[in-house]
Amino acid sequence: MSKLPEIIQNHEEGIRSEWLKAMSTTVRRSDLMTDSEIQSQTRELLAAIVAGVKSRDITDLDAQAWTQTREVLQSISASRARQGFTPSETTMFVLSLKQPLFTVIRKELSKTPDIVFDELWAATLLLDKLALLTTDAFLETREQIIFRQQQELMELSTPVVKLWEGILALPIIGTLDSARTQVVMESLLQAVVQSNSRIAIIDITGVPTVDTLVAQHLLKTITAARLMGAECIISGVRPQIAQTIVHLGIDLSGVITKARMADAFALALQRSGRAVVATQNGAGAKKQEAKKEE
Amino acid sequence: MERIPILRMGQFLLVTIQVDMHDRLAMQLQDDLTQRISEWNSKGVLIDISTLEIVDSFIGRMLANIAAMARVLDAEAVVVGMQPAVAITLVELGMSLEGVRTALNVESGMELLYELRGDFHEEIGG
Amino acid sequence: MRSTKRETLPIATSADVVLARQKVRQWAIEMKFTLVDQTKLVTAASELARNALDHGKGGHMVVEAVENTARTGLKLTFEDRGPGITDIEAALRDGFTTGGGMGLGLGGSKRLVNDFHIESQPGKGTRITVVRWK
Repeated sequence: MSKLPEIIQNHEEGIRSEWLKAMSTTVRRSDLMTDSEIQSQTRELLAAIVAGVKSRDITDLDAQAWTQTREVLQSISASRARQGFTPSETTMFVLSLKQPLFTVIRKELSKTPDIVFDELWAATLLLDKLALLTTDAFLETREQIIFRQQQELMELSTPVVKLWEGILALPIIGTLDSARTQVVMESLLQAVVQSNSRIAIIDITGVPTVDTLVAQHLLKTITAARLMGAECIISGVRPQIAQTIVHLGIDLSGVITKARMADAFALALQRSGRAVVATQNGAGAKKQEAKKEE
Repeated sequence: MERIPILRMGQFLLVTIQVDMHDRLAMQLQDDLTQRISEWNSKGVLIDISTLEIVDSFIGRMLANIAAMARVLDAEAVVVGMQPAVAITLVELGMSLEGVRTALNVESGMELLYELRGDFHEEIGG
Repeated sequence: MRSTKRETLPIATSADVVLARQKVRQWAIEMKFTLVDQTKLVTAASELARNALDHGKGGHMVVEAVENTARTGLKLTFEDRGPGITDIEAALRDGFTTGGGMGLGLGGSKRLVNDFHIESQPGKGTRITVVRWK
């Protein structure tokens, strides 16, 4: 019969203070969390472990008795994932419990050295399992964060802006894949209808590369816009993208392209019968000031 | 026999397609339109499809045919109001309706016709 | 792939093609497809129903709600008793036509769905199955 449950129960406070000390030399991140937080986390986890070891089954962490421990570890890892701890820092939180626990075991069982090894082995197994659980929970939270950020990016990535009455602009930033292009395409065309815009400028300054698929998606968007009665201008074509387009043999001959968004805007204004004219205000104001001084 | 009404507005004709067209109705429209263009000596046709929920290859072909026939009869056809979902699907289907003029709505379509047929603008205005 | 609901419609006249479109639209809305996906499904149904009518002398359409472990989808099956297609590959190519159309019906509708399957026995008929997943 393992003595581990008793040992942990009897020395809970001692183990905890040693654990805190061990952590202060290894993984304590005072920039990310306060003393009181770590105090309460260690207390909570150790109490849960004590509750778990009472079941006397210290190998099957899926058992009912370990539910509390699993929940505590999951919430601790989740909050650390959000706070910006690294995976190893998070795992070390559990693993740094090893040394204090081993010390207590050795001290308690000094009279029966033959079973010390068995108990140490049992403690190692337990803590390793807890550490793995921590890593899993940490990664799961990170994945959730990444998924949420992807969703947010998807929404942020299609800012269709109105430059002028009848002129829209869609600055695309980042890599275009099929799913994203579909979202971009739909929101642009929707905006064209809603704002009654005859001209849409698609700016690809922020697109790192253009491959055949992306070019096809762009062409489809332009064709769809034309079917609806709107015209697209592509701006922000960088030199290397121009080279890629020609090397890939993509035919953009029916598409108006401009180097800069400003050029595209000027063309759009011209097409809708408008022009940007310099006023005399700047010069005029200076002249007036000069007169006052005289 | 069911027919899609054709409205006469001066030199131009306006057709609003509002029903889920079956194929015979589409053929009938093609016949009626060419008849009217010739009869009334119309110089432009606006085909409003803003309430059409789909344009398949059959209706697409009808639109292309009307545009081509109108041109032969010395008139311009403008397809107006195609919805985004319809346009995306039509492109995916492989139809880009090259040679068919388009506009966002009836108003811009009318402007486009006046632009293309500036000489008639004065006649109507004066 | 498991079928959860199905319905069969005849395709015998050009009015049936309109009814087939309306039925597919109704199902696509019920299954909460996006507007663009609805439009793609209805357009594919229109092409394939007309194909069954014009080239296959009529037949029927089966609409089914299907699901696999990951997703739900709408499955359409078009069966006709026409002369069949001898060269399927050629029939799927854009611009291929025997009926005087633009030849976008089969190849075009293939691009509007996720799965496209065609079986044909010359002299006996053609069965085309398409699925669009959500």
